[in-house]
Amino acid sequence: MANNRGVPLLELDPNGLYCAAGDFYIDPWGAVERAVVTHAHSDHATPGSQAYLTARDGEAVLRARVGPEVPIQATAYGEELTMGGVRISLHPAGHVLGSAQVRIERGGEVWVVSGDYKLASDPTCAPFEPLRCQVFVTESTFGLPIFRWPDASQVISAIHAWWRANQQLRRASVLFAHPLGKAQRLLASVDPSVGPIYTHGAVERMNHLYREQGIVLAPTTHAAAGSCWAGALIVAPPSCHGTAWERGFGEFSTAFASGWMRIRGARRRRSLDRGFVISDHADWPGLLRAVEETRADYVWVTHGYRAPLVRWLAEHGQNALAVEGHFEGERDEPAEEAGP
Amino acid sequence: MKDFAELYAALDRTTRTNDKVAALIRYLKAAPPEDAAWAVHFLIGRRPKRLLPSRRLAEWAVEEAGIPDWLFGECYQAVGDFAETMALLQPPAATSSDRPLRYWVEDRLLPLRDVDDQTRRARVVSAWREMDEGQRFAWNKLITGEFRVGVSQRLVFRAVAEVAGTTPEAVAHRLMGEWQPTAEFWRQLLAEDAPEADLSRPYPFCLAYPLEGSVEALGDLGAWQVEWKYDGIRAQLIRRQWQTFIWSRGEELVTGRFPELQALGALLPEGTVIDGEILPWKQGGPLPFGQMQRRIGRKLLGPKILAEVPVVLVGFDLLEFQGEDVRSRPLAWRRAELEKLAPPASALVLSPVVEATSWEELARLRQHARARKVEGFMLKRLESLYRVGRRRGDWWKWKIEPYSVDAVLIYAQPGTGRRAGLFTDYTFGIWDNGKLVPFAKAYSGLDDEEIRQVDAFVRRNTIEKFGPVHAVKPELVFELAFEGIQASPRHRSGIAVRFPRMARWRHDKKPGDADTIDTIRALLR
Repeated sequence: MANNRGVPLLELDPNGLYCAAGDFYIDPWGAVERAVVTHAHSDHATPGSQAYLTARDGEAVLRARVGPEVPIQATAYGEELTMGGVRISLHPAGHVLGSAQVRIERGGEVWVVSGDYKLASDPTCAPFEPLRCQVFVTESTFGLPIFRWPDASQVISAIHAWWRANQQLRRASVLFAHPLGKAQRLLASVDPSVGPIYTHGAVERMNHLYREQGIVLAPTTHAAAGSCWAGALIVAPPSCHGTAWERGFGEFSTAFASGWMRIRGARRRRSLDRGFVISDHADWPGLLRAVEETRADYVWVTHGYRAPLVRWLAEHGQNALAVEGHFEGERDEPAEEAGP
Repeated sequence: MKDFAELYAALDRTTRTNDKVAALIRYLKAAPPEDAAWAVHFLIGRRPKRLLPSRRLAEWAVEEAGIPDWLFGECYQAVGDFAETMALLQPPAATSSDRPLRYWVEDRLLPLRDVDDQTRRARVVSAWREMDEGQRFAWNKLITGEFRVGVSQRLVFRAVAEVAGTTPEAVAHRLMGEWQPTAEFWRQLLAEDAPEADLSRPYPFCLAYPLEGSVEALGDLGAWQVEWKYDGIRAQLIRRQWQTFIWSRGEELVTGRFPELQALGALLPEGTVIDGEILPWKQGGPLPFGQMQRRIGRKLLGPKILAEVPVVLVGFDLLEFQGEDVRSRPLAWRRAELEKLAPPASALVLSPVVEATSWEELARLRQHARARKVEGFMLKRLESLYRVGRRRGDWWKWKIEPYSVDAVLIYAQPGTGRRAGLFTDYTFGIWDNGKLVPFAKAYSGLDDEEIRQVDAFVRRNTIEKFGPVHAVKPELVFELAFEGIQASPRHRSGIAVRFPRMARWRHDKKPGDADTIDTIRALLR
């Protein structure tokens, strides 16, 4: 790698991406001494480490994941810290509240680890900030050209139309969405005058943390407190689909809000009525644009469709290499913490 | 095309049959008659003759998308549907088409067959540019002829019946045989007293469910007719106005392939329809089904193959007698008339009625079914009418237990359709001199949770890739079930099996416990 001391700034060891010069891990898979966390989703924030660094906006949601006692250092976006021999700063990734890219600098050499990111705007988090660097470590969850997102406002209109149509049939509308990030993005965008909105407990807990930070969401009621479901919108984690929890709602229609819904088969095998294509990850054009704007000499590709993205970049004159994730091609949405 | 693409989307986006039927009715009532006729044509699974090779279509889609071939392959693996992959890769739509379905099929789709590749390319690309995403997808489905949309024929019959004010059974019958999707046909379909338009029209087949639970639960054996279940080609032989027609259950007119049965038709009285099973037959018994496949594979039937693999119709039911539909008469009556009209020493073999005094005696006989080259018994209530489609209660198939072996998962590849992007298509190996040789492929038998577990296993344990096929660490053992077995020089194991599927995941077994080629050869006998 391009650097002046012979040792690359980041390397992969059994716990994940490690920066020896600063003695910290980024999104480690196991328990380590110091973990820099890009965001609080379970496939990035593993509990058990001795200390965490995260962006200030994400402190509360990370706290909910790793426990009340663990030291978490929270830093403002853009604020520079010195750790060992490197300077480190966190910059908005636009993925969920508090999500960050990690910028590491040593003697004029800059590496950026994207974490998960999207370029599209989101009322619940700071927008993605393009950074220049020599080495860019990018995710590739949706690294195929079939993944191209429609405008979010169109998708929200489609959700409204589905909700209203269900109201006419006296049905509830059960909308599955990741309880951290996607659910709040939807709740910040839907029109609460259409009808009452209920939430699963896992969603409601995150709503509370979002609202505490001043993010405006549509008014919601924990589903445990509801009784009349016809015409209501119910937002729940995807893991509730097909469980006993779902069966209390009488007549209802199901939908899933996810980038995976771009593929019919992904929706049909879950026996969902509708799929709304709205993602907190970059689509294919987004990934290519983000890579280009870094003007990086090297691109490391992780998390998702690594091989196709690496090959595409290489065929377009970009040095690129695939970095192992947990294991080959784990592609479905991360297991989300549903809870009671 | 707008309404039709919306119908497709509406059918695709609900799992409730009532919602599907409602969407069909809405479309059929609003559509111009010729569009309705075409829509029904496609929805019940009819397709135009192959218009162009899908390889070409993929080339044009790749050019339009501005991506290399290999990336199209990666995308297809993720999507698991060819038409859908092409639609997803097109540049964002700038417009959508208001033209009717009839225009897109008759003026744009069908003429593709008669022009050269360069013209086809220009026309297909221009069609994509005139459509929005949903329309492109429906159009690609029409071109590739893979028009399956999650509605069964029965739902279409129900919807048409609702629009026509008649019964689904009547609609099913009117939609059998040969017809052209025209406005005129649609009007006739809806007409109260439709004239019998098609001389060759068959009846909808009555189908049996596999027996569930114990056979004693069927009650008094005396109320049942028991026949052997043969493994052939289910067909109707039709004799009307001095012409003979033979329809397969796949609704294909196959008259020309069976000259023996054409000759048989000439011996039958006017106005006769017989339901039965076409079988390769010699010396009073069936030949292995592999022989039939040899014969079906031929374009031209020479005297040699006709002598080697002669066929008969094992007839078991009479649907039309003296020009009259007799499906609502009891089976006992139909069978008796069939016996009376069967010409002696002809290619019509009456399906033997198995005589037994008790269910136990039948169960004993059933154990020798394999030696008789049959798949088990058909159980039919003597009072039963000849009904439309698959029904519970009157007709049951009581099949013999399948063969079973334990084999090791050695290759996996992603599935298609609703299994897209998941490793669901497996190849299993058995031991041959200390090495695992591929033995059978199987796709079905696991539940969703097991599929997820195997998928995760494949991702963690891939040792080599050949395109979409992943070679995996030989670790998982499955019990495979299959119906038939025969020697085959074309298979690496030297053995071919019929209808293999996964019966059980043997968590309790290690790869070393799987079966060997020798134990499987012993099944060949």
